[in-house]
Amino acid sequence: MRPEVALPVLLPLLSGAISLLFWRSRPMQRFMAVAGNVALLIVSLWLFVSTLSDGYVTMQMGSWPAPFGITLIADLLSAVMVLMTAIIGLAMGIYSLATTGRGHEKFGYYPLMHLLLAGVTGAFLTGDIFNLYVWFEVMLVASFALLILGGERAQMEGAIKYVTLNLLASVIFLTAVGLLYGMVGTLNMADIALRMDEAEHTGMVEVLAVMFMVAFGIKAAAFPLFFWLPASYHTPPVAVSALFAGLLTKVGVYAMFRVFTLIFDQTMGYLQDIMLWGAVFTMVTGVLGAAAQYEFRRILSFHIVSQIGYMILGLALYTPLAIAGGVFAIVHNMVVKTNLFLISGITHRLQGTYQLKKMGGLYRERPWLAIAFFISAFSLAGVPPLSGFFAKFVIVRAGLEVEAYVATGIALAVGLMTLYSMVKIWNEIFWKSLPEDNLVPETATPTGDDGRLLKPSLWMMYLPVMVLALSSLLIGVFAEPIMWVMTGIGDQLLEPRGYIEAVLGASASAEDVLLDSAVATDEEPKADAGEELP
Amino acid sequence: MVKSGTIILNTAARLLMPLQLLFSVFLLLRGHDEPGGGFIAGLVAAGAFTLYLFAFGVSATKEVLRMVDPRDLIGIGLLLGMISVVPAWFMGQPFLTAQWWTIPVIDFKASTPLIFDIGVYFAVLGSVTGMVMTLMEVDKDEP
Repeated sequence: MRPEVALPVLLPLLSGAISLLFWRSRPMQRFMAVAGNVALLIVSLWLFVSTLSDGYVTMQMGSWPAPFGITLIADLLSAVMVLMTAIIGLAMGIYSLATTGRGHEKFGYYPLMHLLLAGVTGAFLTGDIFNLYVWFEVMLVASFALLILGGERAQMEGAIKYVTLNLLASVIFLTAVGLLYGMVGTLNMADIALRMDEAEHTGMVEVLAVMFMVAFGIKAAAFPLFFWLPASYHTPPVAVSALFAGLLTKVGVYAMFRVFTLIFDQTMGYLQDIMLWGAVFTMVTGVLGAAAQYEFRRILSFHIVSQIGYMILGLALYTPLAIAGGVFAIVHNMVVKTNLFLISGITHRLQGTYQLKKMGGLYRERPWLAIAFFISAFSLAGVPPLSGFFAKFVIVRAGLEVEAYVATGIALAVGLMTLYSMVKIWNEIFWKSLPEDNLVPETATPTGDDGRLLKPSLWMMYLPVMVLALSSLLIGVFAEPIMWVMTGIGDQLLEPRGYIEAVLGASASAEDVLLDSAVATDEEPKADAGEELP
Repeated sequence: MVKSGTIILNTAARLLMPLQLLFSVFLLLRGHDEPGGGFIAGLVAAGAFTLYLFAFGVSATKEVLRMVDPRDLIGIGLLLGMISVVPAWFMGQPFLTAQWWTIPVIDFKASTPLIFDIGVYFAVLGSVTGMVMTLMEVDKDEP
């Protein structure tokens, strides 16, 4: 009985239920936004420590034995992702206190935030592919509602693109799950992995792999279907943008890592080239798109796309080192990207606009903010000794090892382009003096996103920014222990035996099933697995 | 705003609502081994309030619901659902494992699935009634 693997899903749901129950009481909701996320952070740390010592933590929900019930499983990858989610969640919980207008709070901002977090952690922890789809939907429903909160025209326009493409991805995902079930007769991912090895290799496996790649690719905002992201992420309140930027696309990337290392590991050779070039195009189009923009949050949105390319590149290279680098990129990106969005919220509060041309002079006014931006932005571009450098370094090294010179070269060039974008923001916002025609100079009225006056509580916005900037710095300084964890993830992912045994019990290892299926009694290992359960 | 004004609908709504609510409770309790359960029971109960809403309008229905806002119902429902997950933990079993208790005098089998079903019932009732009420109110606001 290991409660820590289920608690990261249950706690946000519980916080959501409580803050929905107290929808009349604003203080209670705000209290839950912080307290609920602190609790989530604590159980996530617990889960992380458990997986560090044991490798895998599993729970069969409702005591239904493995291939039939829903398994929750945390390996190192899941635990790290959940931990990052909790950190981002807490940062957002605090930041939202200062930025969320009363109108948004009244329409259920906080319950939706908790629900979104539950969806994200659920997707990271489930060991059942249909359940993964369900958590994706939980997450998407919450994000749809958050995206249109406030109901401005631009938000609706962005939301339509977001909803349409994400629903399309969901349909492809669901169809693929159905076809997969038709082929192997099970939904438990570990069990699918076992049966996939013995399944007849008709063209169907490749078709399914491509369908999953397209579905998760859309959700991760990979080339060519990424345009919903820059179209929508700059429209909602800034706390929502930051939450989306930090978490949503990464769930798509996580699902890719999971599915392609566990289920379609046989097909990888065939798909590797497609995925590699998809990653390269994602990087390049993202960074070029950003170069043309002059709106703070739009630039950042395009950079999300570009960074997704690095993560997928890590998966496409498909060596333990490359996967470690890919996961490092996810972790680094969650911290840094969220932080950049948070900073854009502060500059908006200070100068009343997101347009770079109209801003300026913040280096003199707010040196600490400038430093926080400097750390995050240059980390994103991959300047040593910040977190982004190590992520990029590992991926590039892995790329050189497998002699993928073109992709690696492009990855390096994209880093340079990222630096260009970040320097552009730096020049426009921090270095150049404030343009004369900016109508909202230093005494910008502190308003919430719905335009009402708020108490100026800048420290609540500064606190998460400073902490996240510091963690980016620390990830760089303590790169070695982190890299040690990442290498562990790479080994675990490329050796799915451990995952399968953790879910189905040791007796269900690949050889046994192959032997059993030779005499056509493949029901045997499942029964064994069932008996070992408490 | 839908104002029926017909005496047939008004009378029928007044008579049918209690019956429908009773039927929904019946469905809810019948649910575990036979057709029924929280979701369908919640829909039937929401149907009862919706019928009343069509016949008498939003403010009259709000009076029937007294102080209870549909949003409260959703909150209570979610909370009950979450509560039903936990008892298994105290018994040292994985979350969501069904726990059964027999209440001796009336020979009633209480269980965590029942708590979960009641949670679903309230959540469904709350969301459907809330949606219909909001739509009716929007309708009223327009010229």
